[in-house]
Amino acid sequence: MSWTRKILRVNLTEGTCTPEPLNMEWAKQYLGQRGLATKYLVEETDPNVDALSPENLFIMATGPLTGTMASTGGRYSVITKSPLTGAIACSNSGGFIGNEFKNAGLDMIIFEGKSPSPVYLYIENDKAELKPADDLWGKSAWEADEMIHAKHQDPNIKIAVVGRPAEEGCLYSAVINDLHRAAGRSGVGTVMASKNLKAVAVRGTLGVGGVDQPQEFFEAVNAGKKVLADNAVTGEGLPAYGTQVLMNVINGVGGLPARNMRDVGFEGAENISAEAMNEPRASDGKPNLTTNGACFGCTIACGRISTVDKTHFSVKDKPQYHGASGGLEYEAAWSLGADTGVDDLDALTYVNFICNEDGLDPISFGCTVAAAMELYEEGQISNDETGGIDLRFGSAEALVACVEAVVSGTDFGKTLGMGSKLLCEKYGKPELSMTVKGQEFPAYDPRGIQGIGLAYATSNRGACHLRGYTIASEILGIPVKTEQADSDGKPELVKAFQDATAVVDSAGLCVFTTFAWGMEDIAPQIDAACEGDWSIDKCLEAGERIWNMERQYNNAAGFTADDDTLPKRLLKEAIKSGPTEGQVSKLGEMLPVYYEVRGWTPQGVPTAETLSRLGLS
Amino acid sequence: MKMHLELYASLMHLLPPGTSRHKREIKVAEGTSVQDIIDEYNIPLEMAHIVLVNGKFVCEDRTQHILEEQDVLSIWPPVAGG
Repeated sequence: MSWTRKILRVNLTEGTCTPEPLNMEWAKQYLGQRGLATKYLVEETDPNVDALSPENLFIMATGPLTGTMASTGGRYSVITKSPLTGAIACSNSGGFIGNEFKNAGLDMIIFEGKSPSPVYLYIENDKAELKPADDLWGKSAWEADEMIHAKHQDPNIKIAVVGRPAEEGCLYSAVINDLHRAAGRSGVGTVMASKNLKAVAVRGTLGVGGVDQPQEFFEAVNAGKKVLADNAVTGEGLPAYGTQVLMNVINGVGGLPARNMRDVGFEGAENISAEAMNEPRASDGKPNLTTNGACFGCTIACGRISTVDKTHFSVKDKPQYHGASGGLEYEAAWSLGADTGVDDLDALTYVNFICNEDGLDPISFGCTVAAAMELYEEGQISNDETGGIDLRFGSAEALVACVEAVVSGTDFGKTLGMGSKLLCEKYGKPELSMTVKGQEFPAYDPRGIQGIGLAYATSNRGACHLRGYTIASEILGIPVKTEQADSDGKPELVKAFQDATAVVDSAGLCVFTTFAWGMEDIAPQIDAACEGDWSIDKCLEAGERIWNMERQYNNAAGFTADDDTLPKRLLKEAIKSGPTEGQVSKLGEMLPVYYEVRGWTPQGVPTAETLSRLGLS
Repeated sequence: MKMHLELYASLMHLLPPGTSRHKREIKVAEGTSVQDIIDEYNIPLEMAHIVLVNGKFVCEDRTQHILEEQDVLSIWPPVAGG
């Protein structure tokens, strides 16, 4: 099995914690984590519910391989309706807490209702209770983490927690776990705080067993680990350079957006790259990068642990930030850096620390600052409104001031907490919001790289690279190289990536394994661990089922084909210079084909035949 | 003729001495191919994974891609992110 077959249902309104059996019929259709928790959400809530109301569910879910010996098998996800987008939200995180949930005997925790006062959930194996969190409310994620560890006098407790912006309603608040890992996207932390749930602390020592075919699982897992170790990307590139190695690559191929996606190509890219993170700095001879790090069970270890130059303006009077902490990943470095025009590596690292400390999605935060910078330079936002911040593109001081404004809850910080879409609407310039379905873009320009534009437009959680990472094929040549400027074949490519990713996200594995693993490596691990037929075809069918279920949820929530689009800037304003000069997104050519490939109507609705084939209704 | 060579990530140490982080101006003979440069700078074949000339992928036979004055040849080993 590998599922523990047990859910904890927490009614925050009533203050009760009740175990219940996992619905195994659903598990055999939706696997776990992303797919299975979404099934519960779909079955138990109205898609039109206000995301921040007690009627919304907030689910923390593991996959069947979470906590097993499978490489990267430590993932968990948060599934809920997003307050940022109004669409389905599923944010995936690594670290160690997913494994701890599993060791406490839980596949999933479903939170209902809203507590009358701040609480945190404490789980110790079979014991689960809600505890008062009045003293934790108003504290940063890091402070609350430390306080909970101190209360229980147990350093092995794993904690997922929200920071102060979530309490204040910042729409892109993350759930931070293990200090430096985050269920970051779509404002899932905002939902958690709206329920007066400050943290979830868990200690599990029950072990993870129940693997369906132990010998086969052992062999499949070991074979998978060998593939990861032997692969140049997962065995060498990612541990040494992390995801940040992409900064120069994407800039080099004409795919790096800059300054609120007004430009493509950033002159300061190499100053904020992985290579720059490895260089000794003048003040102390040490590089930004201290070491790499791994999440539970991971044999890749792409994580970055960094320091900020102690003499840098952002931290020179703040010794609490002089130690090593979670460093820049590519998406954060892009949004905080290229998209704001800032090429100060220390400033970006400090702002990234603050995003971890207080639970912000750095992608959405950086992109919102970028939109605010454009509004400021156009004269829409005044100096008075910013509280004196000279909010120009390229200003590291402004970027630092903005993150401090958001976490300390100033008036302008709260304005930034609205996210790019509402911010631009507030100032009468909705066209300056670089979002899809209200969620800010990651670090690849849809004009310069065609497939990723279609993936963004059709992503079920709004603009997102991780729902269908066609960059692997279009730029990196994994598994095969496709031409980045071509739109032909991209609908099929996007669908293939979307369905396969849904499987990985539902299994308890990290999507980065797919730089080396194909479904022929993944399916045998799932099949050996779980009862039932998890052949490659069945896995991919489950992935397609999950994708269509998410689509149906969004359609029922009021989304239509009109929402499968990109900002006008990316459809109409051609790239001004560089290797992709003259290009715009060819979304209009790709989208109808994508609908057809998906088995959807021209209006983007799954046909009865498609639903029937996938066992959906 | 003069052109530019850019090496990234684990290939950086193969660059000749210079001040720029990634880029060197180099002199090459007329008719030099992309593969000639890869050979001259001792870049292992399997490590020349992403190969761009002026930001465009070199997808054809690298021995047949002849470099021109002021071309920028950029090379990465196998890398990924996201």
